[in-house]
Amino acid sequence: MAVIWSIAKTELRAYFDSAIAYVCIGAFLGGSALVFYTILFLQGQVSMRALFMPSLISPSALLALLIPILTIRLVAEEKRTGTIELLTTFPIRDSEVVLGKFLGALGLILAALLMTLAFTFTVATLGHLDWGPVFTGYLGLILFATALTALGVMCSTLSESQIVAAVIGVFLALGLYFVDFLHVLLPSGLGSFVQTISISHHLSDLSRGVIDTRDVLYYLSVTAIALLLAERSLARSHA
Amino acid sequence: MDGSSDALIEAHGLSKNYGTTQAVRDVSFRVSRGEVVGFLGPNGAGKTTTMKILTGFLRPTAGHAVLGGVDVAEDPLAAQAQLGYLPEGAPLYDEMMVVDFLRYVAELRGVAPGDRASRMRTVSERCGIVDVLGKDIVQLSKGYRQRVALAQAMLHDPDLLILDEPTSGLDPNQIIEIRQLIKDLGREKTIILSTHILPEVQATCNRILIINDGQLVADDSPEALTGQGAGAVIKLELKPASDSVTGDQVRSLLAEQPGVRAVDLLATEGDGVLRFSIRGKGSVDPREALFAAAVANQWTLLEMHRERGSLEDTFRRLTRGEAS
Ligand SMILES: Nc1ncnc2c1ncn2[C@@H]1O[C@H](COP(=O)(O)OP(=O)(O)OP(=O)(O)O)[C@@H](O)[C@H]1O
Ligand SMILES: [Mg+2]
Repeated sequence: MAVIWSIAKTELRAYFDSAIAYVCIGAFLGGSALVFYTILFLQGQVSMRALFMPSLISPSALLALLIPILTIRLVAEEKRTGTIELLTTFPIRDSEVVLGKFLGALGLILAALLMTLAFTFTVATLGHLDWGPVFTGYLGLILFATALTALGVMCSTLSESQIVAAVIGVFLALGLYFVDFLHVLLPSGLGSFVQTISISHHLSDLSRGVIDTRDVLYYLSVTAIALLLAERSLARSHA
Repeated sequence: MDGSSDALIEAHGLSKNYGTTQAVRDVSFRVSRGEVVGFLGPNGAGKTTTMKILTGFLRPTAGHAVLGGVDVAEDPLAAQAQLGYLPEGAPLYDEMMVVDFLRYVAELRGVAPGDRASRMRTVSERCGIVDVLGKDIVQLSKGYRQRVALAQAMLHDPDLLILDEPTSGLDPNQIIEIRQLIKDLGREKTIILSTHILPEVQATCNRILIINDGQLVADDSPEALTGQGAGAVIKLELKPASDSVTGDQVRSLLAEQPGVRAVDLLATEGDGVLRFSIRGKGSVDPREALFAAAVANQWTLLEMHRERGSLEDTFRRLTRGEAS
């Protein structure tokens, strides 16, 4: 446990020393603010839907692009520089390495989500805000970001080339995000399968204030499977 | 397993293939507690690969490694807890400050929180990095990187140090300092170190392993390997009693002497002086027999001296496929 915390803390600190973290968080907050306030003032509604609702241009779509970019260095960088040899010859488990890195990155991403509370407070000052959907919306975004972070960690173990790992990660995340928008074009069986696997589809209900256990389970399973695969892949990379 | 308890490293038939490359082939050796072992071999011989297997970073294709009685594959964490490892090229977290890096390693190595500060201080002093503790690792010179990597390996005070080219990239002064440090450490710890600098091994190690093309070709003390160089080589200059005796006759007589493996007639001088180079067999010194032969045949012995074989000779002979 202590080891996981050490790794998480160190990764988090490394993020705050790196330009990429500021660029990504800046892009997320800036992009989200633009989308959010545009929709808010165009529609004139007192609602947080613009923050939570998945769409082609939305805060969650930005996360699907930025989280893979942020997480890609976690293991790939250690493979490139050779420090993975230190880490894996310390008496710690591969699962501890994976969890530590996952939690470190998740800390940064949750901090970015926390900053969007500023949007919430603006809306709250404009009029009466229905807090139920705000709560479920944030729950949805947190689960969504957690699953994406786990997928990012997994992709990060796949290659020592950060470019290769990043391309795989971004394609996977954006693919899982945008595949939902194709379902109308597909035959119904395939369409509903596509919705089941889509990482954005499961955000819709939560963004409307509805907690469906299937959505929660989806994100938790994606997280668990991605972390397990990450551990396998890390173990295999030094076999 | 032939469980003698003082063996800290046991390598049992280690092999490692990378695709079709056989990097290490059936390597077996044991290192006892307290030994300082030099691991030699040309580039690509398999030193690093062997060390990576010992540290549990790589799984061997065949065979198994045992550290302090613990099988590395079966219980990697218990095996790894006993060792400190300096990987080749000293990979370090470049963006970290040296002191933060050491603290991180102490945490991951499970050094008790109360001992961390004192362990960090001890290794920083021993490795001479006190002055750079506040620097970012990326700013360090190669020599200081190497020291930080060594400090990292010693941090938890392990019984066993596995050092892959600990002096590579250092200037001559630093090499001597690090060598002295390794010598000091060797009094308390078991060390296996790889290097391309042969005098370094003679200066610091009490045992030498030589690996060539993935196979272990020597495992002995520096003295034995040095003496074995080209066998002992004796240079002999003599003058037969009469001019009618030919160099070839003398040569065959010399070759019959006990302890002599080969005789080369180097030169026949104008005044009848013959010069020979004589190789001994193994560690036998044939000089007494040669002297007796000279007396018996009434040769005037002008010069006889033994040239000690060097570790370089042995190394070159064993790693260029010129088996004796
Ligand atoms: N990751 C790898 N993939 C493929 N082949 C490898 C890999 N690592 C090492 N090899 C090959 O295995 C062989 C042994 O390499 P190793 O690094 O163990 O040699 P070494 O004795 O440490 O050499 P050096 O003195 O140059 O450090 C070489 O032929 C090398 O090319
Ligand atoms: Mg090497």
